[in-house]
Amino acid sequence: MREAVEWMVGGQQGEGVDSTGELFAKALVKHGYSVSTYKQFMSRIKGGHSNFKLNATKERNYYPGDQVDILLCLDNESLLKNEPFLAERAVVIQEGTETSVLLHQGESDYDLLTVPMKSLAKELGNAMVQNMIAIGISSALLDLPKELLHSFIRNVYGKKGDDIVRLNIDALQKGYELTDEYLPHRISPLGAAELTDQLFISGNEATGYGSLMAGCRFLSAYPITPASEIMEWLAKELPAVGGTVMQVEDEIAGICFAIGANYSGVRAMTSTSGPGLSLKTEALGMAGMSEVPIVIVNSQRGGPSTGLPTKHEQSDLQQMIYGTHGEIPRMVLYPATIEDAFYLAAESFNLAEKYQCPVIVALDLGLSMNKMTVPSFDAKRVAIDRGKLLSDKEAAAFGEEFFSRYRLTEDGISPRPKPGMEKAIHLTSSNEHSEDGYITEDPEIRTKMMTKRLEKVRHALIDEPFKLQSSDGIEPEYADVLLVGTGSTYGAIAEAMKRLNSENGETHAHLHLQQLYPLPQDQLQPLFENKRIITIENNYTGQLLNLLKQHFPIHDRSDAILQFDGNPFFVETLITKMRKAVS
Amino acid sequence: MATMKDLRGDVSTWCPGCGHFSIMAGIQKAIIELGYEPHEFAIISGIGCSGKVSEYIRSNGFHTIHGRSLPVAQGVKIGNPELKVIASGGDGDGYGIGLGHFVHASRRNIDMSYFVMDNSIYGLTKGQTSPRSEHGFTTKAGTSSNKEYPVDPVATSIVNGATFVAQAYSGNIKELSTILKRAIEHRGFSHVNIFSPCVTFNKVNTYDFYKEHLTIAEKPFATRDEAVAAIRENNGLITGILFEELRDDFQAKLGIDFDMQSLESGEMDEQLLSSIQAKFQV
Repeated sequence: MREAVEWMVGGQQGEGVDSTGELFAKALVKHGYSVSTYKQFMSRIKGGHSNFKLNATKERNYYPGDQVDILLCLDNESLLKNEPFLAERAVVIQEGTETSVLLHQGESDYDLLTVPMKSLAKELGNAMVQNMIAIGISSALLDLPKELLHSFIRNVYGKKGDDIVRLNIDALQKGYELTDEYLPHRISPLGAAELTDQLFISGNEATGYGSLMAGCRFLSAYPITPASEIMEWLAKELPAVGGTVMQVEDEIAGICFAIGANYSGVRAMTSTSGPGLSLKTEALGMAGMSEVPIVIVNSQRGGPSTGLPTKHEQSDLQQMIYGTHGEIPRMVLYPATIEDAFYLAAESFNLAEKYQCPVIVALDLGLSMNKMTVPSFDAKRVAIDRGKLLSDKEAAAFGEEFFSRYRLTEDGISPRPKPGMEKAIHLTSSNEHSEDGYITEDPEIRTKMMTKRLEKVRHALIDEPFKLQSSDGIEPEYADVLLVGTGSTYGAIAEAMKRLNSENGETHAHLHLQQLYPLPQDQLQPLFENKRIITIENNYTGQLLNLLKQHFPIHDRSDAILQFDGNPFFVETLITKMRKAVS
Repeated sequence: MATMKDLRGDVSTWCPGCGHFSIMAGIQKAIIELGYEPHEFAIISGIGCSGKVSEYIRSNGFHTIHGRSLPVAQGVKIGNPELKVIASGGDGDGYGIGLGHFVHASRRNIDMSYFVMDNSIYGLTKGQTSPRSEHGFTTKAGTSSNKEYPVDPVATSIVNGATFVAQAYSGNIKELSTILKRAIEHRGFSHVNIFSPCVTFNKVNTYDFYKEHLTIAEKPFATRDEAVAAIRENNGLITGILFEELRDDFQAKLGIDFDMQSLESGEMDEQLLSSIQAKFQV
């Protein structure tokens, strides 16, 4: 009897690797499991090895795992590339000319079932159902109830007619029969788990969804991996609520259209990745200077320049925090999980309007493009707050012939009318300006306006600026070592914490930062005293550690575990490196 | 009814005799004569001498950054279709750093106007050649003559699908104001290139030069090809409405029931949340 399974399907791009993986993942979700996934792919449309990995556990997990119990190989490369990750006594199913099974003995032993799935599928009526035979074999190895799979087959293929449904059910049945005949000794039932009320969703989808729920009605963007899905998802959903997506001519237009829409009073956003953010930085400064709210989602990928367009990295932290000339008010938020991406995206629209400044929501490829199970979202957790945006009546009450858009106030935030209001004609400007918006070079006004803009956001704080956990029974303040991460490293660090706790005498705490800028210094202060600090980051220079060093005197007791090969951390690697860093 | 006084904004810093004055007056008069109120407009400007027009006309203004008036203005119009939106800037702003946006705005056909104050020079940075400077143009600083050929703005917007394209001259106020009014009332993207002599830095494209060389097109040409041919025949020195066509603007083509402005503070829409959530349930 199994309690968990790590499963992978590999093949050439365009062979249905993703759809096969997704169907099997959904079956396990329906079976009550928490499922995390990771897709490996290349920057091309057809060909080249790609794979889809999943980790299913009874308790909630955020980590796609680093081993493979069952490996489906639709091509030869799949086994070659993934053999090193096979768990002890794994099962490998591979496309071949004849059906045979053998015990492969090597670094780790595994059962290798070779099956001519393609020709068996043809015999059934269509070579396309090859992948369904493979799913049948996998499902049988876990003794999953066939009815579970049947319902998915009906959902996915129902529209194509009864014949196609029947064909797929036959193919699935064929898979079960093959397992019964050739691998009966490897059947290990995966008992039903009890997680219900789960969504299976990617970080990009959750970000788009959270934005829409917060009232975002316009997104302008330019296609870029790994952020395009945000645009694509919203393009499907926005028209139903009176909004729209515009795919515009370039990245600069992407941010400028959204700034224009925000200026008009609409909650609007743009989404991009590192190269796009580079192009947007001048306009980012305009939003900061002219105090127009905007939400910018930046899903990081391997840089610099064109870099590794389809690989994971976290190397834009500095660009997000410091990018643009001059000094502007801004916030930089970075959700730890897909669930957090929904709520942070929603919150970011409130913050952008409250502080009238750009809010950057950082994602990374790992977080953006992979699906995980998350609990259903709660509409009560984030309420829409439009800050000092004025109604016609409120604007008119000022009784000004020409409305002072940049009125100096105690909190540095000026009441904001919309263009088109009868009694609130006003001027918005990227030049330094006085309270009425007109250009000025007066040193005294300049000083006041700079102070207004930069102070207003200095103490801004989100609902959950960081997540904190520690070894059993230890208060995080008293842990010997504080592990600090941000973004999608959450899953791997959380998993490492479990293993460290059970095998290591030293006590650890794990802090996962969700508000990078302004850094919540007062809240973090007590956690950064008298202990060893280790950041865990997917970049070369340790951008997170450098940020922390600017705020806390940790220079002689800190270290960074860095990986910048395009892949997320494996827990095993992380633990090995941690031991080295601590000793 | 609004008056010129209602539309007067900050005190101008343009040089005496600058062509931009009559263009600004033309825009103000167009707003008044068409019966609009200042609050119904948003004037989105770029950077340069001409970019200051959003500060000098008292309407809703957004003085943006160099070359980006068009994408900001299009975003404003999409966000609030009720607003009359004018983007404005100079030839460096629109045909140099912002040229890409100009071509795409032309083919996109959002319902707004784009008025370019074309003085064929970079004025605010003190007299460098612009993308509109003539071949062989020598700057006041005496740097070597221009090796490049100028951008053809009106042919560009015509061949790229703009639905209203005109050219005007700041020295012919009557024609200018008729054109600006027609452009504002046109449903779709209207582009007007306006010759606007820079009396300080451009000693070639002067009032006298335009008086001598400009030809007037009495009515729009029937086809885009004919309009482009006439522009070429006249070496670009032709004013009037050059091409006009009525077709659905971008927003009409979207075919959605716009509702972007109504959002109010309060709880999330629980019903909407659960209807979308169903798509992520397995």
